[in-house]
Amino acid sequence: MTATSTQALRTRAVRTGGLSLRLDLRAFTVVVLLLVCALAASVVLIGTGDFPIPAGDVLKTLFGGGDAGQEFIVNELRLPRVLVGLLVGAALGLGGALFQSISRNPLGSPDVLGLSQGSTAGALVMIVLFSGSATAVTLGALVGGLVTGLAIYLLAWKQGVHGYRLVLVGIGVSAVVTAVNGYLITKADLVDAARAVVWMTGSLNGRDWTQVWPLLALCAVLLPLVLANARGLRMMEMGDDVSYALGVRVERVRLLLMVAAVLLTSAATAAAGPVGFVALTAPQLARRLTRSPGPNLVPSLCMGATLLVTADWASQRAFGADQLPVGVVTGVLGGVYLLWLLVTERKAGRI
Amino acid sequence: MSDQGNQNDQSGLSSGLNNRRSTVNRLSAENVTLAYDQRVIARELSVEIPDNSFTVIVGPNACGKSTLLRALSRMLKPNEGRVLLDGQVIQSMPAKKVARTLGLLPQSSIAPDGITVGDLVGRGRYPHQGILRQWSQEDERVVQESMAQTGVAELADRYVDELSGGQRQRVWIAMALAQQTPLLLLDEPTTYLDIQHQIDVLDLCAELHEEQGRTLVAVLHDLNHAARYATHLIALREGAVIAQGAPSDIVTAELVEEVFGLRCQVIDDPETGTPLVVPAARKARTAQARTDHRKVAATKAP
Repeated sequence: MTATSTQALRTRAVRTGGLSLRLDLRAFTVVVLLLVCALAASVVLIGTGDFPIPAGDVLKTLFGGGDAGQEFIVNELRLPRVLVGLLVGAALGLGGALFQSISRNPLGSPDVLGLSQGSTAGALVMIVLFSGSATAVTLGALVGGLVTGLAIYLLAWKQGVHGYRLVLVGIGVSAVVTAVNGYLITKADLVDAARAVVWMTGSLNGRDWTQVWPLLALCAVLLPLVLANARGLRMMEMGDDVSYALGVRVERVRLLLMVAAVLLTSAATAAAGPVGFVALTAPQLARRLTRSPGPNLVPSLCMGATLLVTADWASQRAFGADQLPVGVVTGVLGGVYLLWLLVTERKAGRI
Repeated sequence: MSDQGNQNDQSGLSSGLNNRRSTVNRLSAENVTLAYDQRVIARELSVEIPDNSFTVIVGPNACGKSTLLRALSRMLKPNEGRVLLDGQVIQSMPAKKVARTLGLLPQSSIAPDGITVGDLVGRGRYPHQGILRQWSQEDERVVQESMAQTGVAELADRYVDELSGGQRQRVWIAMALAQQTPLLLLDEPTTYLDIQHQIDVLDLCAELHEEQGRTLVAVLHDLNHAARYATHLIALREGAVIAQGAPSDIVTAELVEEVFGLRCQVIDDPETGTPLVVPAARKARTAQARTDHRKVAATKAP
């Protein structure tokens, strides 16, 4: 029985009483490593800036042992920014994994489906037409994302939502909204236009605790909801008919998870702007690391958080504090990664 | 071989069905009207699946075979009428409870990228699992057993994408078996397989039926396969049951002509003694078309 022994190498069943779980050891290791990376990058990121603080001091301050100056810089200025980065990355990673799995298409990420553009449109309306406050812009982006998500769902709905239709409708919606965004920018005066463009690149500059709490609350509500439905989503990879035959309430699970994914990506975009490519690349990278079929939700979430914080650190390191918005770095990294992916897939004969 | 009076039997059967509805049989459709959007496929169709039978549904393309199977497996909600499983309307039952009683192998199944055989078969355990009970020893045992029964145990660690069509179909059947349902519905399980693998899959189905007492319902294209393997045959045309019963009782040249519009001989299968449909030669059929008004009866073996 080589079958069982190698199977046992990869996965381990954990059973106590009525509880039984199957643990994918490789995926579990990947998650732990990614979490360690994300935390390490966060500590380094908190220490990075015009006033550098060694990692040891950062840790000491975080646990309440630093001096007053360090305490102010760490806890009031940099910690909320890093937390926003972690949460935005996690939300984008998870949202991207959900969308890619629901659409059964690696390109079915929120950037491609037009959700980010929808959030941008909401934010631009606030900036350009109303010269709104930061809060108004955040709300506008949130509403824009939700409305776009709803529009895509309704347009793609025909006796259920199917993968390729979702992607095609999303691309169409994305084109329309991008055109609207272009129009809004050309209408804007110079100050508003500059503000709009900075927002559109996606940045963590000047994020504080008022951004952290709503995002944290949303993730705390949505994450258990999403994970409770993850097993159904796993089944849905095999097609609607098979999963339906297995007793998954397909349309219900899909609607619930799509709403969760739209909320996650809209909230993330509202908090940090449309940070490009994280939602597209994080699930793909996570999948290649775990080498496990299935939506890989938790690994994607951890990968998103790690990616965003690392990209922010890289941009600060290379260009100095607050010089380069993180969206530029993720865009470049994500674009390069996507090209690499396409080239290797082509070599493997799959495209 | 076959009796000539199946027309009478038929009317007797269908009225009989209405009288003794859901006496014992676990799965039945009662006066269902089936439609996709506005396109009606079948009107007031009633079908009973005899318990412990290997029922095969046959009929020409677009006669509603697969649609009926979808309705029986609650994929398609009837516009009118109802599908009963164990005396309950199937739509009103909890999804997982149905999935523990009735399995379906649809035509459109997608093997996820990079999934192994063992993992795919394991997914058939979904209706028996819950958030706390995700992988019990029972799950493990049933998966091993299902793979052994379908002869894919030694492929457990292989990727599904690497397998041949016949092997892949066996893996999907193993997944459906792992669901441990007394009733199993198969939608054209032999499509896209070469003749050897078609027989292979049908042998497997017969085994599951005979040795494990499962009730099987399959849609098949090949009438001869249907006649050879089925214990109960349902012939559909334009969404209506034309005949049903044991293949040796109902498969006649008249029935084949009525259902498929094909002139043929029905002879005894030299291997099994079941009816074997041999289409008439092209010349004979074109000659018949010309003299159709004379109502030449379908020929029988001399």
